Amino acid sequence: MKPIRRRVPWAFLARRVLYGVLAILAIAVINFFLLQLAPGDAAEALAGQAGTADPQYIAQLRAQFGLDQPLWHQLWAFIVRLATLDLGYSYVFNEQVSVLIFQRMPATLMLMGTALTIAVAGGIVLGVTAARFANRWPDRLISLGALLLYGTPPYWIGLMMILVFAVMLGWTPTSGMENVLAFNTGWDRVVDIAHHLILPAAAQSIFYLAIYIRLVRAGMLEILSLDFIRVARAKGISERRLSYRHALRNAVLPLVTIVGTNVGNFLGGAVLTETVFSWPGVGRLMFDAMFQRDLNLLLSILVLSSTFVIIANLVVDLLYAIINPTVELK
Amino acid sequence: MTRLTPMTTRPLQMSRRALLLASGAGLAASALPFGPLRAQPAGNLAMCVSPEPNAMCAAFNTASPVTVVSGKMLEGLLNYDFDVSPTPALATAWEIAEDGLSIRFELRQGVTWHDGQPFTSADVQYSIMEILKQHHPRGRSTLASVTAVETPDDHTAILRLSQPAPALMYALAGWESPMLPKHVYEGTDVQTNPANNAPIGTGPFVFGQWERGSHIILTANPNYWGEDEPKLERLVIRIITDPSARAAALDAGELHLAGDGPIPVNQVQRFVDSPDFQVETRGTEMNNSLDMIHTNLRNEHLAKLEVRQALMHAMNREQMSSVVYYGLAEMLTGPIPQTLPNFFTADVPTYAYDPARANALLDEAGFPAGADGMRFGLRLIAPAVGDTYDRMGQFLRQNFRDVGIDLEIIIADIPTFIRAVFADYDYDLTMYPGSVTADPTIGSQRFWWSKAASPGTPFVNSTGYESAEMDQVLEAAAVEPNPETRRDLFHRFQQIAMTDLPILPLARPIYVTIAAANVVNFVPGPDGIRAPYGSLAFT
Repeated sequence: MKPIRRRVPWAFLARRVLYGVLAILAIAVINFFLLQLAPGDAAEALAGQAGTADPQYIAQLRAQFGLDQPLWHQLWAFIVRLATLDLGYSYVFNEQVSVLIFQRMPATLMLMGTALTIAVAGGIVLGVTAARFANRWPDRLISLGALLLYGTPPYWIGLMMILVFAVMLGWTPTSGMENVLAFNTGWDRVVDIAHHLILPAAAQSIFYLAIYIRLVRAGMLEILSLDFIRVARAKGISERRLSYRHALRNAVLPLVTIVGTNVGNFLGGAVLTETVFSWPGVGRLMFDAMFQRDLNLLLSILVLSSTFVIIANLVVDLLYAIINPTVELK
Repeated sequence: MTRLTPMTTRPLQMSRRALLLASGAGLAASALPFGPLRAQPAGNLAMCVSPEPNAMCAAFNTASPVTVVSGKMLEGLLNYDFDVSPTPALATAWEIAEDGLSIRFELRQGVTWHDGQPFTSADVQYSIMEILKQHHPRGRSTLASVTAVETPDDHTAILRLSQPAPALMYALAGWESPMLPKHVYEGTDVQTNPANNAPIGTGPFVFGQWERGSHIILTANPNYWGEDEPKLERLVIRIITDPSARAAALDAGELHLAGDGPIPVNQVQRFVDSPDFQVETRGTEMNNSLDMIHTNLRNEHLAKLEVRQALMHAMNREQMSSVVYYGLAEMLTGPIPQTLPNFFTADVPTYAYDPARANALLDEAGFPAGADGMRFGLRLIAPAVGDTYDRMGQFLRQNFRDVGIDLEIIIADIPTFIRAVFADYDYDLTMYPGSVTADPTIGSQRFWWSKAASPGTPFVNSTGYESAEMDQVLEAAAVEPNPETRRDLFHRFQQIAMTDLPILPLARPIYVTIAAANVVNFVPGPDGIRAPYGSLAFT
């Protein structure tokens, strides 16, 4: 069989990139005004943490943060910063915004990447198995498990996992990204971080896993009832090959869509897991930024995440065409 | 279960010459002040703070986690003992002039900054006049009467005051009023100086590394002035935001020390009973954070004294102590806790739990119960910090319902809470932690003094309370140099407070410090985990 030659859909890509930029701009502006609705500002938040503050201190902070400027001025300054890719300085966290975000990015990417990989792999295997044994005991067991996982708050699952696996069994560390007292370097550090990653990644993947199992199962059941499967079965193709080669390829499209949107949540989606496991990721930074009303930092993270969503969606659309050649990009 | 153990003590490292000298001088050598003969710091200890500090230097931001970290690297003129009396730190001796208008500090000799430069009186002058008086969140008020710092020589600093300021001597700890190096800050934009995130101080620990979101590493200062201090080689400060996760980390031995009430209160007893841990209730005598209900006297119901008295009678404090605080609190009789014996008095009007009396008072005030037994509703707003206020809200709701008051509870995030209570005065009742500190002039006055009220300024008088006598007592106490007269003034303050009741004192929660069984000196003074920790060690 000759591989299908495909032309690069330039016009499609150019149009999507343009839409993407416009969408990001719209998201920035809308979020800017949305965040203005939160009562209180960064100066009050900082003063609140300090326990006391005189009016002059607060005025000083406001001037420093640019909060004494008119609203349209603040918005314009933010858009200019975005356009020049200079996210500015966070006076709340005493650091460049880009440094703050990119320092935390690897931890989140590692956590979410591992969690999604576990969830996709587990979702496909369990989903296909459930569909193959539809309404028999393996299906019942898997479906019940998925329902339970879906219904349990990830926060609680995380705490229970810490209690059982870290405190009672001592298999894994309770929290953090590395053993800060070991001062590991090189390979030891990699192993140590992987050890710390197990629990949070497992806890984070559980929620996705539950959704993916149900999606794959439903998709598979639909495809397995189609004529081409019956034909394939009549030709004597094994059940396993039938499931994974013939049916899954068609059934996986909804999964790809959902994974695409989940990838978009990469940056902020792990707030709870990061909190429970003291994982130094972007989710917690976003949470802190919100509670301290560091709107510039928060907006920067939101814009980055929306860029992620847009890129992820574009990739998903391109993937459609690869998985299913009958899909046309236009 | 595996437990992390501290690194074994390193053998004393000595140069050959020192060893010869030591043996020549006999076994008493260790008591002699040989320069190179310092005990080597040993062990890596992990403690935690939460939330993550925004900076490492408390001169510009006095949020609790910042003060904890900052206090290890930056020192102040004074330390304090458990009676909250000043003890030497960067100042070795001090003298307050007879008229109270100047304070003379003799500075410690031979102290160097972490970058090797000598610490002198010029640093003190610069820190107080240029940094603390201008950029510290409360420096303008605590140091208000300081008009100049004179430096007759490198090791003497004289504070000139416009009026006596007896409270000033309680605000000079390193975590509150740190001394900063003039040569690092002068001529720069002090607020964005890189040293704010990587302090250069004189303290027992030197800044090492800050992995944001994860941990901060401090290392032993080899040139520290304290004899044989610090004891630890490294102090690692982890950021763990979830209280249950902190308890788990302590359990697993990943964390040796945590303070400021680090774990859910219902788990504290388990740690008290465990042989693996020590639980210390001291270490908050410098802070004295109180939970009090601040009323809004602009509310037509709360404006009546009988209603406020009724609220006091409606609260079952004994039950509150066990249900809300799990016994970890001193129930207050007035606005000053018993941890400040120099100021506290029990001789104040009291309000025993008595719902019948409360009902009678409310009838008297002209708010009869309706057909459903309810008289009127009140909104109670509290900040979302910890879970105490959730429980307290539920508890008060029941207590107040018994006397026909329908309490609506609003738990808001901090900026929302501050805007509502201190800027918009849009609340009926509010409760939040408010510190008396070590001196009521610094910590209490702001809540009761009518001139402290200023819309938009957090944690000051929001009640709208105005009393000429109260103002006069507080103003007199603030500048009274005679300790006995000053104490009497504060006794009067407590009596007026408990008569007028603009604020209903509830409790002083006891924020415990928890350490592994093999940790010593983790609460060396009244500032608890804010202490410099030169003596913190493993046994």
